[in-house]
Amino acid sequence: MTDLAFIFISALVINNFVLAYFLGLCPFLGVSSRVDTALRLGLATTFVMLVASTAAWALNTFVLEEAPYLRVISFIVVIASMVQIVELLIKKTSPALFRELGIYLPLITTNCAILGLAIFQTNRAYNFAQGFTFAVGAGLGFTMVMILMASIRVQTELARVPALLKGPALVFLLAATLSMAFMGFAGLFS
Amino acid sequence: MTTAPGPAPQELLLRGIWRENPVLVTTLGLCPTLAVTNSIANSLTMGIATLCVLVCSSVLVSSARKYVPNQVRISTYILIIATFVTLADMVLEAIVPVIHKALGAFIALIVVNCIILGRQEAFASKNTVGRSALDALGVGAGFTLTLLLMGAPRELLGAGSLLGYNVMGPHFEPWVIMILPPGGFLMIGLLLIGKNWWALRTAQPKAERIAAMAAARAAAARPAHARTREGALV
Repeated sequence: MTDLAFIFISALVINNFVLAYFLGLCPFLGVSSRVDTALRLGLATTFVMLVASTAAWALNTFVLEEAPYLRVISFIVVIASMVQIVELLIKKTSPALFRELGIYLPLITTNCAILGLAIFQTNRAYNFAQGFTFAVGAGLGFTMVMILMASIRVQTELARVPALLKGPALVFLLAATLSMAFMGFAGLFS
Repeated sequence: MTTAPGPAPQELLLRGIWRENPVLVTTLGLCPTLAVTNSIANSLTMGIATLCVLVCSSVLVSSARKYVPNQVRISTYILIIATFVTLADMVLEAIVPVIHKALGAFIALIVVNCIILGRQEAFASKNTVGRSALDALGVGAGFTLTLLLMGAPRELLGAGSLLGYNVMGPHFEPWVIMILPPGGFLMIGLLLIGKNWWALRTAQPKAERIAAMAAARAAAARPAHARTREGALV
């Protein structure tokens, strides 16, 4: 149980996917200008992470034992098709939610955080429960950082930003500060 | 579709390096740019691996461009890229095992580097093999150079060394933050400021430029002459 708690906290804050592993930077830059969109995208990503983690576990356990060199290829194919299936499923069962997520759902396929999660999980030889916890932690960590960043960016909309800092430059300097703050969590387990 | 008149060959090669630099101008491929640039050796290995995957995929995609149905093109590109990434992963493991271990999962993550898929979709799928190879070489070289621009100052300040050789003398206290994750965000922020400064400088007439530069100086409270200087002034 402590093992699972450690994996969860570690993925959530200590080794946060965005601020420590630099995974999922595209949505972090692109979709973090409004808080509600950031939250929705974060939750959608968390959901896809759970699906991808389960799929990666199944592949590793039942299929890829004989052919580890096919890992990257099969992960990317399975993740892409899983996202498509999830998309169809949501479209059928809840059109409202589908409209809400819009283009973000298919774009999650190319989010490197998803493939990164599957590969990290494989490299660390997590079992099903560990992988699931890892996915929940990483997904919620991603959501949290997206919301933090969106909240800061809403403020910078109102501020007078020098021309030199406009655009992604400012976002990265803000991210550097956030990342430094998150390094404080490294002392949580020692 | 085959030989659309476009930029001259040398322009194809050079535009990826500066005018359409994949990282600094289009802000693509940020994950590896930030994650593996804590030393020059890592940056160089990552850059060259990406360059090779990009060139090989571009050549294959452009030579198969007439046979790939439009509906499944993206999946086909991804499969081609994933194949070359797997090859690159094996080659790196064989020739530079230490760096392969340091880069870890990020080699496999070349698959989702948007620069590569972007070039297939925007260029290789519409151009001849030779032109696609040139374009891929240019973009790959631009990516590698940007990784080095990130990696060199980070290693110099964060570890006091260049390519593993100590150059800052025994009394230098390393700025460890530079090789930790925040240093990556800081460094790309500074590079983008440098790029903004350059864009402002070249876009305005001379009189305006002087005024804008004064404003920029006041804003940044430091001169921004060159990228290396920025790194030294962090």
